[in-house]
Amino acid sequence: MSQIIYNSFDREVQPAYLTPEYKSTIYRAPQKPLVLLKQSLSELTGPVFGDFNVGPLDHDLTKNTVKNGEPIGERIIVHGKVMNENGLPIPNTLIEIWQANSAGRYVHKVDQHEAPLDPNFLGAGRCMTDTNGNYKFYTIKPGAYPWGNHYNAWRPNHIHFSLFGVNITNRLVTQMYFPGDPLLAYDPVFLSVPEKGRELLVSKFDLSATEPSFALGYRFDFVLRGYKQTPFETL
Amino acid sequence: MLQTPSQTVGPYFAYGLAPEQYLYDFKSLVGNEMVNPLDHEDAITIVGKVFDGQGVMIPDAMIEIWQNDGQHQLFGRFGTGTDVESRFVFYTLKPVAFNGQAPHLSVIIFMRGQQIHSYTRIYFSDEVEENSKDEVLNLVPEGRRHTLIAKKKGSTYEFNIYMQGDNETVFFDI
Ligand SMILES: [Fe+2]
Repeated sequence: MSQIIYNSFDREVQPAYLTPEYKSTIYRAPQKPLVLLKQSLSELTGPVFGDFNVGPLDHDLTKNTVKNGEPIGERIIVHGKVMNENGLPIPNTLIEIWQANSAGRYVHKVDQHEAPLDPNFLGAGRCMTDTNGNYKFYTIKPGAYPWGNHYNAWRPNHIHFSLFGVNITNRLVTQMYFPGDPLLAYDPVFLSVPEKGRELLVSKFDLSATEPSFALGYRFDFVLRGYKQTPFETL
Repeated sequence: MLQTPSQTVGPYFAYGLAPEQYLYDFKSLVGNEMVNPLDHEDAITIVGKVFDGQGVMIPDAMIEIWQNDGQHQLFGRFGTGTDVESRFVFYTLKPVAFNGQAPHLSVIIFMRGQQIHSYTRIYFSDEVEENSKDEVLNLVPEGRRHTLIAKKKGSTYEFNIYMQGDNETVFFDI
């Protein structure tokens, strides 16, 4: 007999809770040590979204909220595979994304950046991975935007991602960046990731996914927490 | 293979992850009615606030609750940005004790200023006997256990989350 134990966050690649260069962490990062929990049914299961009706255009942000035309900006394709640390693909799992428009403006009401909104672009989408763990979104390349963390602070171009995986230990919210972005070297959010993990957050230009005369392709794979099989504890 | 690093949910998740709650013209996949309270006379309400290290209410957190007590598998999501008092509210069925564990809910907390989400649990103040036997609660230093126990007020349970300070909520490495 054996049991499956999901791995913890890998502190060699995951950011620390407190990274003072990113100022908002100072009063929001837990300070007391985490309590290690023995995984039970609660941790080894999670929501299944198979029954939800993800709309037919939900994965296409260039079409899913158009009002009177097409969104402005550079069309791109973002695709990849969702796996776990054991290298196994994760099929039928929900991926949600949100992002700024091509001018670097979020639809969100608290975003006061003086850049235009795009009536034909909400900037939100979602899809399920297919039976091999693959996903694909069509969207508009997001613009960089300023933020108040420090003088002349700018976020690099990025797309926010939310993934569920197979149970709540797999839950992941992250941001995908673009290759060669000069702002990465100055961004305390990106730099809070240990050096070993940073390249994992940068998508790769993918000519094979690029659609001729239509849109550039970028590849971004996900690796969620995997598991170990250990002999059953004898009581 | 190396894990994909986590990054903060940031301040602008609402139109992507909870669009209907925040009145954006996009369908929500999930909301705070883990069950519809109109269909379940025995539904309970969980209500709470999230506080930062200066004791200030956090109006841009997102809370998710996962419930699997062997009888029901229920999931909910709610942001703290639509209530004047920055509260989160969930409707669900009270979980039952299962596999030697006291009734509980799993909670995942996301916010700007957190690069990795936090995990905690909600236990119930009217389950004193079950709580006293619960393996997970017993792992927690006695003086901190109260941070995991929602206080019953009628059919409502109040559960506040403190990110820092003397009453810092117990967060788990799950
Ligand atoms: Fe962002």
